Amino acid sequence: MGNGVRDWLEERTGLPSAIRHFLDEDIPASAGWPQVLGSVALFAFLIQAATGVLLALNYGPTPTEAHASIRYIMTELSAGPMIRGLHHWGASCMIVVVALHMMQVFVWGAYKKPREATWIAGCALLLVTLAFGLTGYLLPWDNKAYWGTTVTTQIVGLAPGVGVYLKRLLGAENDSIGTLTFARFYSAHVVVLPIATLLLIGLHLYLVRRHGVTPAAEDAGKPTKKFYPEQMFKDSVATFCYVLVLVLFANFAKLGLGSLADPTDTRYIPRPEWYFLFLFETLKLLQGPLEVLGAVVLPNLGILALLLVPFLDRGRAIRVRQRTVAIALTAFAVIGWAGLTEGALATTPPSMEDPDAGLRPPQPWRELPPEQLAAIGYFERDNCARCHVLGRSVSGPDLAKDPSAKPADWLLDHFTKPSLEAPNSRLTAAQKKSLVTLVTKRDDRALDAWENPPEEAIAGAMLYDARGCGFCHTLNGSGAKMAPILNGLAARRTRTWVAQHFADPPKLSPNSEMPAYKFNPQDLKAITDYVMAIPK
Amino acid sequence: MLKDHSKHPTRRSFYAVLIQLLGATAAAVIAVPAAVFLLFKPKSPGAGAMVEIADLADLETGVPQEVVYYRTRVDAWKATKEKTTAWVVKNGPQSAVAFSPQCPHLGCIYHWEDDLTAFKCPCHASAFGLDGKVLAGPAPRPLDRYVSRVEGGKLLIGLQVKRS
Repeated sequence: MGNGVRDWLEERTGLPSAIRHFLDEDIPASAGWPQVLGSVALFAFLIQAATGVLLALNYGPTPTEAHASIRYIMTELSAGPMIRGLHHWGASCMIVVVALHMMQVFVWGAYKKPREATWIAGCALLLVTLAFGLTGYLLPWDNKAYWGTTVTTQIVGLAPGVGVYLKRLLGAENDSIGTLTFARFYSAHVVVLPIATLLLIGLHLYLVRRHGVTPAAEDAGKPTKKFYPEQMFKDSVATFCYVLVLVLFANFAKLGLGSLADPTDTRYIPRPEWYFLFLFETLKLLQGPLEVLGAVVLPNLGILALLLVPFLDRGRAIRVRQRTVAIALTAFAVIGWAGLTEGALATTPPSMEDPDAGLRPPQPWRELPPEQLAAIGYFERDNCARCHVLGRSVSGPDLAKDPSAKPADWLLDHFTKPSLEAPNSRLTAAQKKSLVTLVTKRDDRALDAWENPPEEAIAGAMLYDARGCGFCHTLNGSGAKMAPILNGLAARRTRTWVAQHFADPPKLSPNSEMPAYKFNPQDLKAITDYVMAIPK
Repeated sequence: MLKDHSKHPTRRSFYAVLIQLLGATAAAVIAVPAAVFLLFKPKSPGAGAMVEIADLADLETGVPQEVVYYRTRVDAWKATKEKTTAWVVKNGPQSAVAFSPQCPHLGCIYHWEDDLTAFKCPCHASAFGLDGKVLAGPAPRPLDRYVSRVEGGKLLIGLQVKRS
């Protein structure tokens, strides 16, 4: 039965004999484990393509949709974190494998005549792989992506003469990136680069097959062996190990999502992905007039040197052990790369950003002026819900449906004495004023907090209001400008610092005019939690 | 699959089996999460709240009323507040039913016709009675109803539609 199917396919497509021909390839006697890396690299690409397609099926490819769609993938789709993890860690793992494959080919001298074209196609594949990493980095559209890519496009713009045109191609004409940059990077990542990769892989495989696996010097006179089954077995083992490592990463390594890209956040410290840190460090070492050297000249010289390797080394094939220059150069490159990367890592300040900030659903109460959030607390404290239930009309109108059209005076009187049976309000005049704002001007964010009150945050907001913090500080656009703005405090200070600061401000902030504030432990926690929760 | 001409048939087939095993495992490790990812139902965050749409005191028994109201619709990663309608029919002092405005045939918006005392769909002329039952036309089932309850004289409905 199997024979019948095989014969049918063979007569109509020629596929079985094509596969047999492929598996029957003659390889040198010395071929073995070092030669598996090419297959692993190919498989790594296939995993990226497959997981990339899966992600694209659930991704919103515009700056307004991207971030929220990734939150959707991570929190609402089963196996979402796994698929994203495979793709994210797969990118890094693929780059490692591609680099190892290139180093193996280099040390073995497998680029010599007639394999120069194979090497050049391979160099192009290396660049395309790095381009995938670069363009993919922007797609989550969180602060890391946004600011990292801003730096990248500025560096590209440094190229003398062509810099302007390169920036224009990247959609980053002016000093900031935006919708056009996103469109360019996304279409590069899912259309242009995949097509280029498929063509280059096709060319590279054809050339490898045409010239055969490079024989070692000691293979002269020895009979060749077949690719199948031993070498294919080794390829399978290596690929399987790759998949295993990748799955372990995807399952256990932490992959969060930063908060949505904020173009106004000038305090964010940008960093590229780890495999570009060596370039980043080079730029730091070559500052000022030497910047062009580090940003443009050296990287391009490096690429040129790689491309010219088969023309610089035209000697005859010798044993790998004897290729001391190649081994030394590789070791030097690896050590240099590692040193620069370590330097960049050592000088990166630890991030105080919450790595999962982007995964939490948007909480509108974090954007409310504190007196509005506190007003929700006053609404609860005066038990207004006895007559005003949000979402339905009981004795009083449904305040969720429309803002109140009553004049402020009427409302203030109403709050003081809501009805004949209700007790008098215990609110102060200022608190009643906040309540007037809530009832007449509230927007959708206030309504969301009103319908799902975050009780602890409201307690904090009421304390903030009661102690008059707004007389000096600004929070969410409300308050005075005499003291530092409190938005984004969590990224600047620790909880302990904030708690100690309340007790004795001049001790922690010299020249501070802030008076000391005493809180009982419960209130201290409430107000600290509240202020630390407000984003930039 | 290959014709076996080597001197060590068992070693060769041992390799073949291992290659297939490793390949199948690697493929499964990717394919299984992929299938889960594509085919499992997304977890929807709290889309169950009921919304008040009408006061029964304002409705006449047996007279359908087209009610306009706001609800929050969760659409993948977007939550939008949208204005939408429902046909409400009061059928008792404390009971009412809310029909989805879309015809169960192919989703067109239907209307109440006073002179016919029936709901009529303009697309393929399906007709429905006050209770939603099909009176004429190609509709495969009665009008779909929103899950609902009456509380304090008010009609509340959810997003879910019950197919009759």
